[in-house]
This record gives sequence, structure tokens and C-alpha cells, in this order.
Amino acid sequence: MGEDFKPTIIGFVCNWCTYAGADLAGTSRLEYPANIRLIRLPCSGRIDPLFIFRAFLQGADGVLVSGCHPGDCHYTTGNYYAKRRLAIIKRLLEYIGLEPGRLRLEWISASEGQRFADVCKEFTARIKELGPQRRLRQRTAGE
Amino acid sequence: MIRFGYYPGCSLESSAVEFDLSLRKVAPLLGIELVELPDWNCCGASAAHSINHLLSLALPARNLAIAEGENLLELMPPCSACYSNLAKANYELLGSPGVLRQINQLIEMNYQGRVRVLSILELLNSIGIEKIVSVVKNNLDGKKVACYYGCLMLRPPKVTGRLDFEQPRGMDEVVRALGGEPVSWGFKTECCGAGFSMSKTEVVLKLCHDILNNARANGAELIALACPMCMSNLDMRQNAILKRYGVKESLPILYITELMGLALGFPPEELGLNRHYIPVTTI
Amino acid sequence: MARIGVFVCWCGVNIAGTVDVERVAEEAEEKISNVVYATDYKYMCSDPGQQIIVEAIKDHRLTGVVVASCSPRMHEVTFQKACLTGGLNPYCMEMANIREQDSWVHKDREEATAKALELIRMKVAKVSKLEPLFPIRVPVTKRALVIGGGVAGIQAALDIADANQEVVLVEKEPSIGGHMAQLDETFPTLDCSQCILTPKMVQVAQHERIKLYSYAEVESVSGYVGNFVVRISKNPRGVDTEKCTGCGVCVERCPVKKIPSEFNAGIGSRSAIYIPFPQAVPNWPVIDQEYCTYYKKKKCGLCQKECAAGAVIFDTEPEFIEEAVGTIVVATGYDPWEPVAYGEYGYGIYPDVVTSLQFERMTSASGPTSGVLKRPSDGEVPREVAFIQCVGSRDNVKGYPYCSRICCMYTAKHAIIARHKAGAQSYVFYIDVRAGGKGYEEFIRRAQEEDGARYIRGKVSRVYQDGKKLIVRGEDTLLGRPVELRVDMVVLASAVKAKSDAGKLARKLNIAYDQYEFYTEAHPKLRPVDTNCAGIFLAGTCQAPKDIPDTVSQASAAASKALAILSAQELTREPLISVVDPLKCNACFSCREVCTFNAIEEETLRSGKKVSKVNPGLCLGCGACVSACRNGALSLKGFTDDQIYAEVNAI
Repeated sequence: MGEDFKPTIIGFVCNWCTYAGADLAGTSRLEYPANIRLIRLPCSGRIDPLFIFRAFLQGADGVLVSGCHPGDCHYTTGNYYAKRRLAIIKRLLEYIGLEPGRLRLEWISASEGQRFADVCKEFTARIKELGPQRRLRQRTAGE
Repeated sequence: MIRFGYYPGCSLESSAVEFDLSLRKVAPLLGIELVELPDWNCCGASAAHSINHLLSLALPARNLAIAEGENLLELMPPCSACYSNLAKANYELLGSPGVLRQINQLIEMNYQGRVRVLSILELLNSIGIEKIVSVVKNNLDGKKVACYYGCLMLRPPKVTGRLDFEQPRGMDEVVRALGGEPVSWGFKTECCGAGFSMSKTEVVLKLCHDILNNARANGAELIALACPMCMSNLDMRQNAILKRYGVKESLPILYITELMGLALGFPPEELGLNRHYIPVTTI
Repeated sequence: MARIGVFVCWCGVNIAGTVDVERVAEEAEEKISNVVYATDYKYMCSDPGQQIIVEAIKDHRLTGVVVASCSPRMHEVTFQKACLTGGLNPYCMEMANIREQDSWVHKDREEATAKALELIRMKVAKVSKLEPLFPIRVPVTKRALVIGGGVAGIQAALDIADANQEVVLVEKEPSIGGHMAQLDETFPTLDCSQCILTPKMVQVAQHERIKLYSYAEVESVSGYVGNFVVRISKNPRGVDTEKCTGCGVCVERCPVKKIPSEFNAGIGSRSAIYIPFPQAVPNWPVIDQEYCTYYKKKKCGLCQKECAAGAVIFDTEPEFIEEAVGTIVVATGYDPWEPVAYGEYGYGIYPDVVTSLQFERMTSASGPTSGVLKRPSDGEVPREVAFIQCVGSRDNVKGYPYCSRICCMYTAKHAIIARHKAGAQSYVFYIDVRAGGKGYEEFIRRAQEEDGARYIRGKVSRVYQDGKKLIVRGEDTLLGRPVELRVDMVVLASAVKAKSDAGKLARKLNIAYDQYEFYTEAHPKLRPVDTNCAGIFLAGTCQAPKDIPDTVSQASAAASKALAILSAQELTREPLISVVDPLKCNACFSCREVCTFNAIEEETLRSGKKVSKVNPGLCLGCGACVSACRNGALSLKGFTDDQIYAEVNAI
């Protein structure tokens, strides 16, 4: 795996905790690799499993799902739904041959800027180890 | 007759023979069949758990496994210390499959955790107060009894499952059923000094004096209990206590089963009442 | 065809220092489809910056705007307003966060620039799919419901009524006043509790805009913020309140007199027909059917015969009333915990072991002893009193792990009162003394220094009777040795616990509660009086243990929140909520299962088909229902599947 592999990571995050946590990482000027793009949702409970598949089909090398800590959900229970759905999706992804490490669930609160940066660093490093994701990537015109 | 596994333990064959005698006398009248565990071994007593935790589980576990093998699924050790050791071991074994597996390897048996350990109080209460009332011949005639539960019969609550571990009533109900009058007093579950009997006798004298004193102050004419250790501290040491604190009146100490034996009409000698240091035959 | 404008902000050097903003703007216009105009400016949020957006919308007939700048949590509203000024629907704007999530966290200029462009690309894709949305308008019923007539409910009701709004106050007990009416003096000023409370109680009764239902309960609640319908059941009082003059002859004549008085915490007694306490509001008697001979045997009826006004009616059926309200304040208070789990303290066995609330009644002038401190066993004045704190509080095993917050302070108060009223010596067993409050620490010092209370740090292991004395055995953990005290009375500072029926009411209101059944605020710091249900607010100890000053503050806060709702002609809410496509819905109601806010209702179409329907008043727009819907019948405005897929597809 060449050093020049620049993975694409998509983060589906809730507005109230993790998106704010990412903002805090910014305000605190905590550096992390530039591979992650966040998609802001109201709540991790809004995450449809198909979003994750779509991201992998589009060629994402890793997908981060992150919301409020258990018990802290802005909408009381959304993160619990997310957790349950993700547990099943993980197994399905494994079943179709995708490395389980490509999908990651984290609870990151609005006060955990450092944690957000750390998770991005670790996750990017892990995805670099795993290399480009080819199992689900749809062939684009050029290939 | 209801069958119960009977684990006498070492005390009931030595210092507390009268506990064993009286229990075996009263049990049949109450419809209890006591089946002594074959080849039982030491429960670990006060020594094992302070030396080796696994040993303190393995010793009781072997007895539990024997009981399970004999299909004696309700096991009653009358001695409070035996009860505590067996119940605590059972609690821990049931709570952790890993520990159970480890202990089964150690004792080379296959205990599955089906035995329930009962204290003598639970046994008597499960028989029912009406049953006890129905077999009483010599009513205790309002004799004032301080029921002394000691420290191990009800504690720790997570093991014994009892909510009344600070203000128990079970033995008081039995005494009432026998026609006695249980007194309300504050030392039902206080420590008697237990294992300090030999090493720190001074401490035991003080603690037992407080117990006797409070019982007397609340009008008790005798103390009923169910633990050989409490008995030896309160009975055997009582003369020393009276002397040490300048008290004249002694207070008879009886096993609850002895008291039952008297109420059920057995002669004192058959119950072993002549074996006490403080005379109880006059009751 | 979407016509999107992209506006890239430099944020001074904050963005421009790392991201090549000019190139980003150029490439956005060249390379991203649907972008018809892109520009960059030093500060987009400044007035001239906003003006650029306003003019671009007009000049380029934009159908959507992407502002690439800071976090939307910062300036979303600013740019939404700019769009509105330019004539574009504000919900057709999205922000690409190229500051907090790009320029501030990446150093490599090339990478940061590339990421900025990608973030913009994603947002352009989403904005191309956005639709104009309009705020939801909900009418408001101009009336508030306050549940609970303790000091919290009284304060909230008065605040709302004084602001010219109508209030319906429902109290479960025959009289309002709550626990505060039971107190003798209050810390840290030692002013008389009833003297400061009863004027407020009277104010409630006389207020023209407060409708008081006492001896009544909330039966059910339906509707949503601005439009609740509350069903109230009035318990049968046995007395016609229209006729009753409150003379009290019935109470005097009632032959059943040995009933433990709830108001006196079981220390005194009352009759079967009774007025809870002399200053009760309302001052009508109530018949306790459980004890009344007439209800039990159809005999006696003495009160009826003696009542000159003919007010005793022996009714048995509850009366149901419906009230429409716009907002609800929940102020149901707490229950004192019965310390029966502490067998070692002998509560319920030794008559001189009492709870703090009982002690409070013993020292109160309106109590059974008319304020003379006498111990229950023999009526003697205690010379020495031991107080045990944290009975049931901070105890994971026998009680509750939380701190009840008021016990340290009221115990100090009791120690002072015991000295003042009986000249008694006090001993206080404590774990820690928690006296965080205005004048609180000084008050503790006063108990110790002026009134000689002896504080012993440690727990009590046993209390037992020795003749007329109680022996308290414990440990002094500071001296590291056992203590044994001979005292005349023991007072247990028993925990504050949630009302026994708190969970039941919470389920009626659909508000959240914690494992101890205290109601949960929407945010522990920033929304401490809101609940997770819009339009319902919390006041007082139903939310957590707290003292009178905090309770009253929270009640006023809840009242002001309620007033904010009542003062609007209609409520506007963010339109980012779920909607159901009835053609796709197959009525499995999985959406209803996941909705925490009860926002999903059942609707029958004209064809007879049942479908689910989102109540726009209740939906908070979390989107859990959308991802639960197997048919794709639900969508969340502003976050539809289409819009999110557009964003994902743009990577």
C-alpha cells in the first residue's frame, strides 16, 4: 500500500453532539487528517442503513457513524436506534465480504473535540492499513 | 414428612451436641425428615476464607455437590457459621459459571447449582407457625424470651435474601407459637465476639455482657439462639462475665430447638439440657 | 434546473490562511454542476458580505445558496436572513463548514483546499434538491395548567396569573401548600414557613385568573404545545363546596378521631371529616371515605345532622372536567422516604426515633404539641437529641445514591430549634456537610458555634432503647474511634424521593423521567425547566431534590417559559419535521414505535385506509421514524433521503 493512498471517509453525525464536537476540535485547532467529510443529520437515529451502503458504493473507504453518548440523545432515544441498526449492518457488511473495520460507531459529545480529532486520526490510520475499498465501489466511467 | 438435607457440621458433634439432640427430637413432630448428608466435610469454618478463597468455596461446594447427588435440594445446616459458609459459596458459584467450572474441577464433582441452603430459621418458618402451635404440649406460659439471631444467620442480605436483617422477627414468631413472650430488645443481631473467644477474651466478655444486659433490661428470662458460637460465648463465658462486671443474676441460654423440645413435651435430659454451664433444667 | 450560488468566505485569515479561497470559488463555478455563480469575500457575515448574497440572488436568479464559511451552528440564521432579504426561501440555503472542519484542523494548503471544494460540492448537490419550506404556525390556547399546589405550583400559578394569563391549578390534596406548609421555620433565616406561605396561598384562592381544583387529579392529557386538552377528575369530597361555610362544626362532632394526620406526618391525629390544617386553602372539609362510619356502614351521619348549611352530601362519584390549555407546568413535588430499610435505627419500633418531617411538626406551632418539643413516648422534653443525616441518601445499598440536598441544612436548623425551644444539646452524625448556598455555611457555623450542636463525622450503626434513653452507637471517623451516646430522641434525615405516582403522571404527559422517577429536564444546564415535550415545563422537587429558594426560582423560570408560549398569538416552529406520504404508507406503525414524542397519529383516509400521520405540533424532527419506515413513506423535511443521497453521491 503506497504512502500516497488518500482514503475517503464519510461521517454521518448528529447535529447536537458529534457535529458540535467536530466544531470544538476546530475551535481548539486540533489537527487531524483531511480525509473525513461530515454529513450533518439531526440525530443518529435518522441514519438509514442504506446511507452507509450508498457511501461505500460511492467509493468511501470508511464510514464513521457518531452521535450523542447513550442517555444524552437530544431526542432521548435516537442513538439507541442507531446502535441497534448498526450492529446488524456490521454483520451484513461482514457477510458480503467487507472488512468490519471500515464501519465505525463512536459516541462523541459536543465537549469532546479532542476525542473527535483522536477518532479521526485513528480511523484514518486504520483505513490506510486496510487500503482502498474495492468490494462495494461501483466502477466509474474511467475504470 | 418433608425431606430436608441435614448438614450437622463439626459443632453439632462436639460443643453443641444438645443442638443436634434437640433438633432430631423435635423435627419428626413438625413433619420434618432430616436426612444427614453422607460423608460430609468441614464447611471451612472461620479459617478457610481467611487463607484461601478457592478453598473456602471448594469445601462447601463438595457438600453441596453431595446434597445434589442425593437429591437433597434443600439443605439445612443448623450452625450459623456453616449456614453462612454454604450459602455464601452457593451464591458465588451460582453467580459465576467460570468459578463453578473451576471449583468442579477442584472437587472432581459436577455440582450444577440446584441446591438451596436454608437456615434453621427459614426451615422453621417454612413449616409454618400453625404447625408449631398444633404440636405444643407444655405451653411456655408467657415466659419472656429474648431471641438472639447473631450476626451470620441473616447477613449479608444479598446472600440470605432477607430484608429484615436488622430487625428480624422469625424466631420471635416461633417463640410466640410456643406460648412464650418474645421481648423487644436492641441486640438481636449484635456481634457476640465470635472467633475472638480464645484470642481476645476481654472483647468477648464486654460484647456478651452488653447483650446479656440489654436482654435482662428488657425483661428477658432467657435467651434463645441458633448458633453454637454464640452459645459458647454467652453460656460458657457467662460466669466469667458475671464476675467481671459484678452481676449476680445469670441468664439461661437455650437453642431454639431446646426451647421447642421443652414446649413439645420432651424431658430436659433427652434434649441435652444438662450440658449447659448456666443451669437451664429449671425452666 | 437548479441555479446555485456559492459564496466562499475568507474569514480574514482564518480560512484564507489555509484554503486558497479564490481558487475554490473559481473551480466551484467551473467544475461543479448547477453552480451559476461563485465568489469569495473577506467576511461573508459582514453587512457588505450579506449584501453580495442578496444581490447575487436577484442578479443570477438563484434557486439555492451555498455559503462556504464557518459552522452552521455559528451563522446559519444570519445567512438564512440574507437569503430572505434577497427573495430566496431561507431553507434553500446550506453552509459548507470550511473553517471549523477544514482550515482550522488541517495544515496542508493543498489538502485543505481540495477538501473545501469537496464540502462545497456535497452541499451544492444537497441544495439542488432542497425545497422551499415555511414555518409551521400553531394556534395557542391562552391558559396554563399548573399541576401541584406546593410552593412551586403556587409561585408558578401566581407568576402566570399576574402576567394577565389564565391558570388552572390542580392539587391532589384537599388543600394547597404542599410540604412547605408543614415546615416550622426555614433555613437559613429561621423565618416562619407558614407566615410566608399562607399569604401566597390566599392570593391563589382569591386570584381572579386562577381556577383552583383541589382534591383533584390529572386524569389524562392529549394534544400538543399550544393546544393541550386536560381531563381532570375531582375526587368526591363529601361536602358541597357551594354551601359550606367552613365553620368546622362537622369536624368537631365527628366521632372517628384517631386517624393519623397526614399533615402532621403521622404524629398527631385527625377525624374522618377533616380540614387538613387550620390555614388550609380552600378551607372546606373533606370526608375520608376509608374511615368514615357513614361510608362504611351507612350509619352515623352526625356531620350531616350538625351542618347548619346542609353542605354534607356524602357523594361518592368523582366529577370529570375538561380544560383546554396551551402550556403545562408540572410541580408535583416529592415524598419523604420512609426509613424502614434501616432496621438498625429502629424507626417504627422505638417511638422516640422520628423522621425530620415529624420533628418539624413537633416543633411547629400548628403541630400536635403546639410547638412545644415533647418526645412521643412519654411527652417529656428531650435534653439530648441525636440527628442522623443521609438516611437513605448517598446510600447505594439501602436507599438512593443521590444527595437529597436539603438535609444538611434542615438538620442544622433542627439543632438550632432544639436548643431554642427545648434547651436541648444536639449531636449531628454526618458524612459531609453540604452547605452551598447563600448564607448556608454561616448557618451551619451558627448551629455549631452559637447553639452548641456537636457535629460527629461518621455513620450510626445502631440505635437501641435502654430504659428511657436511646443509645446511639456509631463511629467518629475523624477521631477514628467508636462513639456511644445516650440521648432522649433520635431524628432521621430521611431522603427526598420522587412522588410515588410520578412515573404514572409522566406517562400521561409523555415526559421523560430518570431511574428514581424524577422528571428529566431537556438539558441539564441550558434547558433546566423544559421537558422533552414542547410546552411542558418543570418546577420544584419533581425534577430533583432542592430547597425552597431553588424551587421558587425554578417555578418562576417555568412560569416565564409558559408565558412565552401564552404571549404569542400563534406559535411558529421550524418546519424541519417529518411528513407521511399516505400513498406509500401501509399502516405498520413502526414509526409510532420509535417516536419518543407521541407525534405519530393514526388517520383514516376517505377510502377507509388507515395511515399514520405526523402531528406537526409534537414532531421535533429527529427523523427516527423516517429510517424506521420500510416503505419510504416518511420523509424529514430538510433531510430527505433524496437530499442526503445527493450529498453522499457527490463524494
